[in-house]
Amino acid sequence: MTAMLLDLLRAARGAGVRISVAESIDAFRSAEVIGYSDRQALKDSLSLTLGKSLEDKKLFEDTFDLYFQRQTVTSGEEETTPRARPPGDEGEQDGLAPLSSMLLDNDQAGLAAAMEGAADAIGASNIALFTQTNMFAWRILEQMGLPELDRDIAHLRGEGADEETAERLEQMRAALGTQARAYMERQLTLFSAGTTREIREGALRNVRLSQLDRRDMDRMRTLVRDMAKQIATRYSRKRWQDRRGQLDIRRTMRRNMSFDSIPFHTIWKRTRIDRPSIMVLCDVSGSVAAVARFLLMFLYSLADVLAGLRSFAYSNHLIEVSDILARREIDDAIEEVMKVVGFGSSDYGRCFADFAEIAMRNVNRQTTVIILGDARGNRNEPRIDLMKQIFERANRVIWLNPEPQSLWGTGDSDILRYEPFCHQVTSCGTLTQLERVISEMMQQAQ
Amino acid sequence: MDTHFADIIPTIESVQTGLGSTGYIPSRQISTAVFLAMRLGKPILAEGPAGVGKTELAKAAAEFLGLPLVRMQCYDGLDESKALYEWKYGKQLLYTQILKEKVSAVLSKDDTMDAALQRLHEFDDIFFSERFLEPRPLLRALQEPKGAVLLIDEIDKADEEFEAFLLEILSDHQVTIPEIGTIHAIVKPVVILTSNNTRDLGDAMKRRCLHLHIGYPDARLEEQIIDSRIPGIEASLRRQLVSFVQQLRGLDLRKLPSVSETIDWARAILLLNATRLDTEVVRDTLNLLLKFEGDMIMGGKAVGEMVHRALRDSGVET
Repeated sequence: MTAMLLDLLRAARGAGVRISVAESIDAFRSAEVIGYSDRQALKDSLSLTLGKSLEDKKLFEDTFDLYFQRQTVTSGEEETTPRARPPGDEGEQDGLAPLSSMLLDNDQAGLAAAMEGAADAIGASNIALFTQTNMFAWRILEQMGLPELDRDIAHLRGEGADEETAERLEQMRAALGTQARAYMERQLTLFSAGTTREIREGALRNVRLSQLDRRDMDRMRTLVRDMAKQIATRYSRKRWQDRRGQLDIRRTMRRNMSFDSIPFHTIWKRTRIDRPSIMVLCDVSGSVAAVARFLLMFLYSLADVLAGLRSFAYSNHLIEVSDILARREIDDAIEEVMKVVGFGSSDYGRCFADFAEIAMRNVNRQTTVIILGDARGNRNEPRIDLMKQIFERANRVIWLNPEPQSLWGTGDSDILRYEPFCHQVTSCGTLTQLERVISEMMQQAQ
Repeated sequence: MDTHFADIIPTIESVQTGLGSTGYIPSRQISTAVFLAMRLGKPILAEGPAGVGKTELAKAAAEFLGLPLVRMQCYDGLDESKALYEWKYGKQLLYTQILKEKVSAVLSKDDTMDAALQRLHEFDDIFFSERFLEPRPLLRALQEPKGAVLLIDEIDKADEEFEAFLLEILSDHQVTIPEIGTIHAIVKPVVILTSNNTRDLGDAMKRRCLHLHIGYPDARLEEQIIDSRIPGIEASLRRQLVSFVQQLRGLDLRKLPSVSETIDWARAILLLNATRLDTEVVRDTLNLLLKFEGDMIMGGKAVGEMVHRALRDSGVET
C-alpha cells in the first residue's frame, strides 16, 4: 500500500501538483485513518490534504482516476468459450504453462493480476521516455512467462497434435503484446508527464521569442501566466512606512486609554506606499511580428493580475488597449489588438505623439513606463523630445528590446538615440530574461 | 493520531448524519473534511464564494459535537491584543490604588531602598497573573475545558503578519505569553478557517490545513438544504425554485446567487403565498437573488424562459 501511495504521489507531482514531503506524510496519515477500501473517500481525503487550490485539486483527482483505472486484459478472442477439456481430465492438463492456461481460459482477472505483478517486478513506473514503451512492454511479457508460452506453442506444433490450439495461442500472444504496450503507454502518461514537461519548459524559457514555434504557444501561455501571477503576488502586499516624528494623536490616545492616556505606546503617522502605476507600450508592428503576440500575451497576463496597469499597443500609430485586454478572452483580445494596430510599419515619432496626447498628463512620479519594441522607426522622425519629456516626468522608463545587443544601432534602429532617456535598456529575447527584468523592476519600485 | 473523537465519530457517515441532524446538509466532501480534521487534529481551510455555508459549517459542527463555538472575525488591522489576550490595565491600576496602603505598610518595615525593592519583587507577580488576563477568542478557545470549535472567519481579510502569527496556534495548539509562559490547549480545539479568496493565503498556512473547497451545490443537494431549512415547503415548488436558481448560475453574472440567497428567496416566495413560480412573482423578487444592477438586467431578460424551464423540469403543466 505504501508503494502504491508513493507511486500515486509521484504521478501527481508529475501532473503538476506541488506536494512537499510534509504533505505526503499528511497524505499517508489520512489514508491510514480513512482506509483503502472506500475509493471515493480515499480520493476525497487525499484531495483535501494535497490540493491547495481548485486547480491542484482538479489535477490530482484526474491523476487519481487515471491511476486506478483498471485495464482489462483479455486473451483477445471474441468468443469466450472455455477450452474443451478432455473428459475425465480435471487437473492441470497437457503440462501447459500457467500463462497459456490463463489465455486459453480467457481468465481476465488472472491475466490483469499477472500483468500488474509483472509490471511491479520490473519497475514499470520508472518509465521516462516514450521510446522506452516497447522495451518495458517486452519485459512485462517476459516476466509474465512469454518464454514458457513460446515453448508451449512450439511443443503443440512439434507434436503436430494440436495445430488449432497452437494457432489460437499464437494470436493470443500477439493480442497480449498489444495490451502490454497499452499498459505501458498509460504508465508513461502517469509517470513521465512531469519529466517531459520539465525538460520542455526549461527549454522554452530560454528559447528566443522570435523563434517560438506556433505549437508551443499553448504551453507558453501557461508559463507566461504563471510567471505574471508569481510576480504580482510577490509585490502586491500593502506597504506602509512610518513617518517618524509625527505622532498620530488620535490613534495614540485610543491605544493608551487603558494607561489613563499616558502614552506608553506611541503611534506614528504613516504613509501608504503606493504600488507603482505601470504603463506598458507594446510594439505590434511587422518587424517584431514574431514576438508581438507573445509580448501581448505577457501584457494580458500582467493586466490580469496587476490592478491599475495601463497598456498601449503601437505600430504606425498608438492606441490604448487596456479595455480590450480587460474585456476579452486572451486569444480574442490579442486578435483584436493585432487587427486594429498590428502589422503596420513602425513610426515611433507618431506613436510617442499619440501617447503624449492620450496619457502624458497621467505620467507622474509614481509611474513606471515600460516600452517593448525594437526601436526600428523606418527612418521616421524619432521625436526624442517627447521621449525626454516622458523620462523627466516618470519615475522610471524601461526599454525592453527583443533584439540582441549586437544589433542595436544598426540600420534604422534608433535605440541608441533613445537610450540616454531611459533608466534602463535591456535586451530581452527570452522568457527568463523577461522575468528577470520585470522582477528587478518591481523590486526597485519598492 | 488524535483519538479522543474516535468514539463520537467512528465513520464519515456518522459525521454526515450528525451534521444533518443540526439542519446542515453536508456534501460527502465536507463530511470527509470534518472527519479528517478531527481525527488528525488539523484545521480546515474552507474556501468558496460567499453564502455557500462556510460559516454555517462551523456552527453546525459545534452544535453537533456539543462544543462551544468561539468565533473570531478577521479584519484589516486585527492584532494580538484583540485576538489573543490583553492585560486588564484598568483592574491592575485600580488594585494598586486600593492596595497602596497595604503596600506601604509592608514596605515600611524595610529601611533601605534595596530591601524595599527586594520585598516588592516578591509581590510583583500577582499583578501579572491569569487573574488580570483578559482572554480574547484564540486564548478562550484553548482554555475551554472540553475543547471548542474555533471559527476564524474571513482570514483573507486579516493582514499577512497576523496570518503568520496564527501558525503557532494552528500547528501546536499553544500560545506564548511573555509574562506567564506557554499556554497549551486543554483539549485541542477543532479549527475552521474560512476565506473568500480576496487574496492568496501563504503557502505555510495552506500547508497546515485541510483545504476544503465548497462550491455551489448541485440540484439534489440544494433541494435537501432548502427542505431542511424551510420545512413544510411543497416539494413541487421547491423543485421549481432550485431549478430556477441553478439555471441562473449558468448565466454570466457578476455575483452568482448562493445557497443563502436561495433560502431567502424561498422564504419570500412563501410569504407571498405563491404556490408555483410565474414570471410576475419572479420579477418582483429577483432582487433577493441578484445584487447588481447589471445582473438584474441580464437576469430579467431571461426570466420568462427560465421560469418556463423550471416548471417543465418539475413536471408542472404550463
